[in-house]
Amino acid sequence: MVAAAPLRRDPEPVVGLALEVAGVDHRFDLHGEPLPVLEQISFRVEPGEFVAVLGPSGCGKSTLLRLVAGLEPPTTGRLLADGAAIVGPDPSRLMVFQDPTLFPWRTVRDNVALGLEARGLMRGERHRIQKALGLVGLGAFAGAYPHQLSGGMAQRAALARALVNDPRLLILDEPLGKLDSLTRLGMQGELVGLWRRAGFTALLVTHDIEEALVMATRVLVLGPRPARLVADLPVERAYPRHRDDPHLVALRHRILELLGLAATW
Amino acid sequence: MTVTGELSTLEPAVVPERTGTGPWLQPWVGGLAAGALWVGAGALTAAWPDADDWAYTRELAAAEAVGGALLVLVGLLGSRTGALFERLRNLAPWLIVLALALAVWEVAVAKLNLLPRPFFAPPQAFLEVYLDDGRRLAECAFASFGLLAVGYLLGAVAGFTAGVAIGWSRAVAYWGHPLLRLIGPLPATAWLPIAFFAFPSSWSASVFLIALASAIPVAVLTWSGVAGVNSAYYDIARTLGASPRFLVLRVAIPAAMPHVFVGLFMGLCMAFSVLVVAEMVGVKAGLGWYLQWAQGWAAYANMYAALLVLALVCSTLVGLLFRVRDRVLVWQKGLLKW
Repeated sequence: MVAAAPLRRDPEPVVGLALEVAGVDHRFDLHGEPLPVLEQISFRVEPGEFVAVLGPSGCGKSTLLRLVAGLEPPTTGRLLADGAAIVGPDPSRLMVFQDPTLFPWRTVRDNVALGLEARGLMRGERHRIQKALGLVGLGAFAGAYPHQLSGGMAQRAALARALVNDPRLLILDEPLGKLDSLTRLGMQGELVGLWRRAGFTALLVTHDIEEALVMATRVLVLGPRPARLVADLPVERAYPRHRDDPHLVALRHRILELLGLAATW
Repeated sequence: MTVTGELSTLEPAVVPERTGTGPWLQPWVGGLAAGALWVGAGALTAAWPDADDWAYTRELAAAEAVGGALLVLVGLLGSRTGALFERLRNLAPWLIVLALALAVWEVAVAKLNLLPRPFFAPPQAFLEVYLDDGRRLAECAFASFGLLAVGYLLGAVAGFTAGVAIGWSRAVAYWGHPLLRLIGPLPATAWLPIAFFAFPSSWSASVFLIALASAIPVAVLTWSGVAGVNSAYYDIARTLGASPRFLVLRVAIPAAMPHVFVGLFMGLCMAFSVLVVAEMVGVKAGLGWYLQWAQGWAAYANMYAALLVLALVCSTLVGLLFRVRDRVLVWQKGLLKW
């Protein structure tokens, strides 16, 4: 599981967080009936790894991310960040959602400032806002309101809002899911670039097998609900990756098989 | 990092520019027509003798003629009068219709005496009221405004605070919601007898009633605004390290502001109605009192004149509220205009 380190081209000191998910079960209460969503999920993510989670629609991938973010406690099992139990949300573990959910009453700059404001760091760290905006290519749009942005720009702003806090684990819940396919291809590369430069650990949920294979150092495949871990596949290829790389194509076939969709290919 | 192809979707905030270029003199036809009609209305008022001895007929005629002459002047100069022209250019149809309506009114009431007296007053009677009784009317308008301002501000603050508390806290909602449901639909004027009996003065009783009337819509709308905030905003803020205080002040309240302003608008309208009733019943000042007093003396012209002042005061206050809203909610698209 230390496979991630050699793949990183520029060896900065890793600030990534080690995540451990141990025997997690999760159930929803649906009209008084328990609805099992996650069953016996266990895996470990090493500091600086980029792990993608694939699975059929509605299998509970997003729920898993909410547990990791600390927005909900698991029904049973343990989640550990650097060995310490996750008991609530923390700015070291930040989430980017499918919907950018920028605060519409704040300009792009003030949206990015949210984390610093919430933690009372505005006085000393204000300069980081412009830096984060520059990092995602929105330097010129600091004063714009969210309704003036395109989908891709809004998602970049959401990314900057997370990155400005120097997260040690970036939790990505289908962050490119609502973007058009061209913007999406571009942003896959950008996200990988950011991850390689900053050194955080990344946990990505996606529906898109190709996206997972192009971006991640490891792919976890979940089964249908209640979700169990059905495969843990390392993707040992250097960046930038090519979509027609035979190794990736073979992995893609294997994952389709695991998801019961081999006949479609 | 590139942003190719996405920049074009950023909406341009370009307002089409209106320039005064072109021919040196560009007369404004609508203004000329309106001006001519106002001068005509003045001439009609002056030349046609009144059926009764109405005061200020000549003054009315002079005012109409002077206004008309000024309009003709602006019409001749057109765009060269700059800002004044910009403000007037869309009003030409209104100015024309107003001149005609005033002339018809003048002829029907003052010249031909077609409508029953004393219930109808000619235009010059308004002038008489404003010139002869203007001081008292101004004092009344000022008293009404003071009462309204104190009551409404107290009510708005109380309603907003209650709405945020009920929307945010389960415990407050448990106790507050049934109370609001019980008391909310009750017209504030129903409290009138109790209020005038329980408060030391009719003024403080009226402040209470106006505050109550405006607080309820503000509370209900603020509450529904706070309760309806997208829960993803809270998730985001919480992961970014927000304290409960931050969640209320920086997430819940700003997100609820569009609702709050609907409540403030409804509360203001309620406050107007309670103001007038309170002044008619108990307070010995204000425009409501003036209306009642004028009716008692069968001074119908004074009543109409006071109604017009009241309408202007209310409309100005609503306009002011909308100006504040446009400032606060500048981030919203497609706002309702006032």
